[in-house]
Amino acid sequence: MPLRFLASRIVDLLIVLFGVSIIVFLMIRLIPGDAVAIMLGANTEITPERIAELEARVGLDKPVLVQYGHWIWGVLQGNLGTSIWTGRPVAAEIGAQIWPTIELTLLSILFGAGLAIPLGAFMAEARGKGAEVAVRIGAIAGLTIPSFWLGIVTIFLVSKLMPGVQALGYVPFTQDPLGNLSRMILPVIALSLPMLANLSRLVRSAMLDALSQDYIRTARAKGAGRRRIIYKHALRNALIPFITSVGVSAGYLLGGAIVIEQVFAIPGLGRLVLGAIAERNYPLVQATILVMTFAFVVVNFLVDLLYAVIDPRVSR
Amino acid sequence: MTAFLSRNKLLAFAAAFVALQVLLAVFAPIVGLQDPYAQVMVQRMKGPNLVNLLGTDQLGRDVLARILYGYRTSLTTCVIAVALALAAGGTLGMLAAYYRGWFDRVTMRIMDVLFAFPILLLAIGVIAVLGPSIWSAAIAIAIVYTPIFARLLRGPALVICESEYVNGARAIGASDARIIFLHLLPNLASVVLVQTSLLLSAAILVEASLSFLGLGAQPPIPSLGLMLSEGRNFLLLSPWPAMFAGFAILFLSFGFNLLGDALRDTLDPRLRTQE
Repeated sequence: MPLRFLASRIVDLLIVLFGVSIIVFLMIRLIPGDAVAIMLGANTEITPERIAELEARVGLDKPVLVQYGHWIWGVLQGNLGTSIWTGRPVAAEIGAQIWPTIELTLLSILFGAGLAIPLGAFMAEARGKGAEVAVRIGAIAGLTIPSFWLGIVTIFLVSKLMPGVQALGYVPFTQDPLGNLSRMILPVIALSLPMLANLSRLVRSAMLDALSQDYIRTARAKGAGRRRIIYKHALRNALIPFITSVGVSAGYLLGGAIVIEQVFAIPGLGRLVLGAIAERNYPLVQATILVMTFAFVVVNFLVDLLYAVIDPRVSR
Repeated sequence: MTAFLSRNKLLAFAAAFVALQVLLAVFAPIVGLQDPYAQVMVQRMKGPNLVNLLGTDQLGRDVLARILYGYRTSLTTCVIAVALALAAGGTLGMLAAYYRGWFDRVTMRIMDVLFAFPILLLAIGVIAVLGPSIWSAAIAIAIVYTPIFARLLRGPALVICESEYVNGARAIGASDARIIFLHLLPNLASVVLVQTSLLLSAAILVEASLSFLGLGAQPPIPSLGLMLSEGRNFLLLSPWPAMFAGFAILFLSFGFNLLGDALRDTLDPRLRTQE
């Protein structure tokens, strides 16, 4: 990979991260009403002296630029602020609830992307008018089924058909690996369905594109088998647009995970941020949004680099 | 027209499907439905029957009426939100393509930053600032979709700005406004139509998600997302409200997505993927 390409990508990454941090920083400042009074907490009598004292402590009496500098300096050192209600560092609260979200997202990517390749390849072999319409309707249905509804329907079916099975909640993998994975099955299916629909349609059209190329005809001519042609020759070239889409889907999955966690009672970042909004715990809201967005941006940066490794034309 | 529709059966089907749902929403007050707010306590959580065609919810309200009024809530919110996003994002994207230079760079950088947030997360952040309500949800969706429209329109606008006829118009001394309104805008119409339909489909899902999370429509407003989250608590007693509300969201979102997809094929054969 040429150094110039890498350098320009890193500059892009830093600019976007900087912009994201400014928006997240300003978010809390735009909140109507007196955020300081809220920060004093529910159990404290609000007096002007207390407000002034807190403002000085948090730095709200300084110019906005100084406040931003102070805040971002803290963030870079891993200090994301203090939770209003518990008084604990926000970073610790996020750390305690980040694993279910990471597990849910990663398993969904693996499931969605993993299944999309054989499904897309299978669909590429189905030609003709009827197959066209079926593929299109199926893909659009997969994209537009509300994932939280699908989650609710599966919970309902499981509780009716298999009353003994525990479909809700979360146990850490280290504590009960089997219980952990079995509780992940339904959320992963619900969360990854739109991604599966999108990616398998993409694999199919990329595959059809690849199958009409000359090198496939050559492979056929030299007597390569059907399986070998599809998986060895066509798939490799179909993978390039696929990888970019997986990166973009990661953002959808992070957002979707917030809803799915709520449906399946999984104690992840989604529940953390929703709880924080309900109790107006703004430092926690701010930090959770910052952490999730940074993760998404960095994932897409890595996908961009991977893309350049697979297809050297990109970095020229 | 008839010949056109028979050649494009999918488009005709999608348009009819969307029109049916929109008409039901528009005429919900006059098609002889029950009052969506009226609570009949003795009729709670009934399955479909002759009085309540789709049954009743946990407060004895008619599910069919609440779904059709839910369509109104959903469509109003999403149409306003997407129209705002189109106006803001479309204008920015078009001007960026037309003027290029520093305006283009600064605008698109800002759009990149907004685009960097996962959609639902940015919407949740906006609502954290504004406080949960259906209007906050509309504004949140508008903000989230602004960079998407800006990006979607800038590309095709760039191509048009480089074209012979725009150069020709410039050469005979046409003003910027004339070129933008007379040459740029009409040629972007098909892209706008397709993308608006697709983004409306996505916006319906986002609005339903936000209302489901308690961040959008607040009770007792009839809202499809809210019906799902309320129905979920009574799922084992009566799955009907949650089931029907889910189908309603699916049909609405599906209709607009299919319409956008079919429009893309019909309006711009060059965009057609090899399928």
